[in-house]
Amino acid sequence: MSVLVFAESSEGKFKKVALEATSYGKHVAEQMATNLVVLTINANDASELHLYGAEKICTVNNDKLNVFNAKAYADVIKQTAEKENATIIIIDSSANGLYLAPIVAVKMQAGLASNVIAAPSETNPFTVKRKAFSNKAFQNTIISSENKIIGLAKNSFGVKENEVNGSVEEFSPSISDDLFGIQSISIEKTTGKVTIADADIVVSAGRGLKSGDNWGMVEELAEVLGAATACSKPVADLGWRPHEEHVGQTGKQVAANLYIAIGISGAIQHLAGINASKVKVVINTDPEAPFFKAADYGIVGDAFEVVPKLVENLKAFKAQNG
Amino acid sequence: MKVLVCISHVPDTTSKINFTEGDTKFDTNGVQYVINPHDEYSLTRAMWFKEKQGASITVVNVGEVTTEPTLRKCLAIGADDAIRVNTQATDSYTVAKQLAEVVKNGNYDLVLAGKESIDYNGQMVPGIMASILDYNFVNACVSLDVDGNTATISREIDGGKEILTANLPLVVAGQKGIVEEKDLRIPNMRGIMMARKKPLQVVEAVDFAAKTTAANFEKPAAKSACKMIDADNVAELVSLLHNEAKVI
Ligand SMILES: Cc1cc2nc3c(=O)[nH]c(=O)nc-3n(C[C@H](O)[C@H](O)[C@H](O)COP(=O)(O)OP(=O)(O)OC[C@H]3O[C@@H](n4cnc5c(N)ncnc54)[C@H](O)[C@@H]3O)c2cc1C
Ligand SMILES: Nc1ncnc2c1ncn2[C@@H]1O[C@H](COP(=O)(O)O)[C@@H](O)[C@H]1O
Repeated sequence: MSVLVFAESSEGKFKKVALEATSYGKHVAEQMATNLVVLTINANDASELHLYGAEKICTVNNDKLNVFNAKAYADVIKQTAEKENATIIIIDSSANGLYLAPIVAVKMQAGLASNVIAAPSETNPFTVKRKAFSNKAFQNTIISSENKIIGLAKNSFGVKENEVNGSVEEFSPSISDDLFGIQSISIEKTTGKVTIADADIVVSAGRGLKSGDNWGMVEELAEVLGAATACSKPVADLGWRPHEEHVGQTGKQVAANLYIAIGISGAIQHLAGINASKVKVVINTDPEAPFFKAADYGIVGDAFEVVPKLVENLKAFKAQNG
Repeated sequence: MKVLVCISHVPDTTSKINFTEGDTKFDTNGVQYVINPHDEYSLTRAMWFKEKQGASITVVNVGEVTTEPTLRKCLAIGADDAIRVNTQATDSYTVAKQLAEVVKNGNYDLVLAGKESIDYNGQMVPGIMASILDYNFVNACVSLDVDGNTATISREIDGGKEILTANLPLVVAGQKGIVEEKDLRIPNMRGIMMARKKPLQVVEAVDFAAKTTAANFEKPAAKSACKMIDADNVAELVSLLHNEAKVI
């Protein structure tokens, strides 16, 4: 048997989640005393993955796969797994990864564990730890089927360099037209902005900012930090910010290295979406705001005074530290 | 159009999360259950199809008798009838298999689910169900229209949206955006009265060998206290983020 990772790329370039999944796959392959195979689809330079432990890389290049199609991608993963005799398959938790994993599970009659945050704690029975109850608990899940699929949570295992010598092999799976029951008409990308999904740092603000017109300083803070902007639910519901920025239980999940919350009270539904982030900073006028209990660093103060000062200080810091 | 909406019965978001029996079971003591919020968005969209396009709505849950109040609430909101598949919902694959049976037996044109259940956060059931049925499937849907046999869907992608089309039958996992927040409905008295008379059918589960089991649960380690920084000393925050937290 072997371990197979699907390394996702966008316009030919690997996403960070692909490097993380490869690092994780290398770890699992070592635990299972077997080898790692990494699949890429229409990637520019697959050999980059050797740096993260990919021994064997199977590259698929096919114009039919230029636009992501879940069923077709799932079929390519299955064909690769069969060819490589892979029984453990690792898929990231990007929007595409989450879409793919259940489809692959059925094609391979495999048990699927999503939101996995660590290497298997045991390989027999095969046990993985996954997030549950919106990060308020973890579940240790045993996958008992022969084929197993792990949906790896973002920013959980980390990207680990582990250079290996390896091979790159071209693979040409057969891609039936029947797989394309769903047709992509168009893709609208929010250009020029760091997205919440890709960001290491997220700057988020809430109703404490009083009006959508006051977001200039938030955007400025995000810009100095190379961060994505986000907001609480009422802010999106009030139309102050676009819905794509809403984070929390009913919005996007954030698993960033740094999450800065400005004028957000820290309601449980908000925390549910962000508490997988590593370091949390809270700026709030109310020392009793519940968010301080979930934070690592806090400032009690008026956002309209603190945020501009923070921007200024960060600019000075960046000027010094490059 | 026959629409089926899959309803997950979950603890209210403010519930205390505790475990019993050596951390192997979720402690339901004092827990209030609600319609999974993502499923509520999808149900609301289904109501639009009912009112504007004459669709019928069936709601389904795989669960034990304790989930019936949640199904009744869906009937009070406006679903026409309900089905409960009588088994404990544990493994996602098993739940999806039971739902697929219901879909097959009921010949639904459109199956709506939510993006994820907020308890076990699987994001697995709708895709597995669709694939068992070999139906088209769209995940993370933020808008959905149906014209005759064709659906136009937009799905959320990382950093944007993708517009797709597909023919029915179709499985769609919806989330916020599929309807406006203000369109969510609270059942009124008349709806609640009518719901009592609407059919709620209980069907037995088909045999299926689970592929995963929950061994036990853990709670995150207690957090250390928040370090407070004076509002007049923002420079210290920058220094801590750099030197201590090492995130900038
Ligand atoms: C089923 C359900 C799902 C939900 N899902 C989500 C979700 O996904 N995401 C989400 O965010 N919410 C969600 N909510 C809503 C949640 O309960 C809260 O109502 C919401 O998070 C509050 O947003 P807020 O903190 O921006 O506003 P508020 O609660 O109004 O808090 C504003 C904060 O700003 C502070 N403030 C005021 N002025 C200033 C100033 N000048 N400088 C600094 N601070 C200031 C105040 O002290 C206060 O703490 C959900 C609720 C329900 C019932
Ligand atoms: N026990 C269940 N009964 C009916 N529908 C369910 C059940 N569990 C999950 N679903 C549906 O599948 C969606 C995703 O669930 P999950 O895969 O558990 O995150 C939910 O939003 C529901 O629409």
